[in-house]
Amino acid sequence: MNAMTQTAATSTSAILSIVFVALMGATLLFVAGHAQSATLHDAAHDMRHGTGFPCH
Amino acid sequence: MIQRMLASALIAGFAAGLLAAVLHFAFIQELIFLGEKYETGALVHFAGAGELAPADDHAHAEGTGAHSHESTLAETEVDGGNNDVIRMALTVLFTGLLYVAYGLILVAGFSMAERFGQVIGPREGVLWGVAGFAALQMAPAMGLAPELPGTVAADIALRQVWWLGTVLATGGGLALIGYGRGVMFIALGCALIAAPHVIGAPHLETFSGVAPPEVSAEFAARVLGVGLAAWVALGWGAAKLWNNTAT
Repeated sequence: MNAMTQTAATSTSAILSIVFVALMGATLLFVAGHAQSATLHDAAHDMRHGTGFPCH
Repeated sequence: MIQRMLASALIAGFAAGLLAAVLHFAFIQELIFLGEKYETGALVHFAGAGELAPADDHAHAEGTGAHSHESTLAETEVDGGNNDVIRMALTVLFTGLLYVAYGLILVAGFSMAERFGQVIGPREGVLWGVAGFAALQMAPAMGLAPELPGTVAADIALRQVWWLGTVLATGGGLALIGYGRGVMFIALGCALIAAPHVIGAPHLETFSGVAPPEVSAEFAARVLGVGLAAWVALGWGAAKLWNNTAT
């Protein structure tokens, strides 16, 4: 019960944490998999091909 | 809570990334090198050479061919890193980063599910991992097959948009099927998963691949196999850590 009350009280911050972590993952995914800057593209080249990202 | 999410995602993501990198070198890298040899003209797929290049029974017959292949090979090497060691290290690094990214998204999903009263143990983690693989690799691959280097494909921006739409639709659809209550949710989930394939991925009008289809096919199958293995490890590991650190 106590835990549930606590969860309710921190609901907003918990949702914010989830959104923050998901956005962090999405940003990192974009940088590693999609960003087309030449340096990033070259460095991540084999990984992008090897994981099925549209590479170039 | 954010610490719990970050710890699970970073540790499991990095470990799964290392596994993916090992499998990449065991199954995929050699085909990338082989693909690049066809891309640069160092090798010629003789059966298709009649259409794409002057008819030539043997790849190394012409002096001019040898000349151009040397310069393009040099370019490729600069392209991928100064030497193979740097190139391989970058592949390990970026595979690690990619799986950490997958892990962060996965754990955000765990956390969301937990808020709806779902318990995520290692068994559920494996299912989430398979679902993640389906959403981020399998479904996009059905429209945009993993590309062997040298594959000529449609505009990169269009492909990335289709890729992203497919990932979101498949992930959302699977979540609705897995956790939705009632037939409507399942029907909506199926519709979401099907939608990107009904729309269709951007493709060129013609095919101009230079590598043998056998190499491309084997490459695509291996990419998906390695992805599945690493995703299952990621799902299991992230859920195990997530569960162990539950308060």
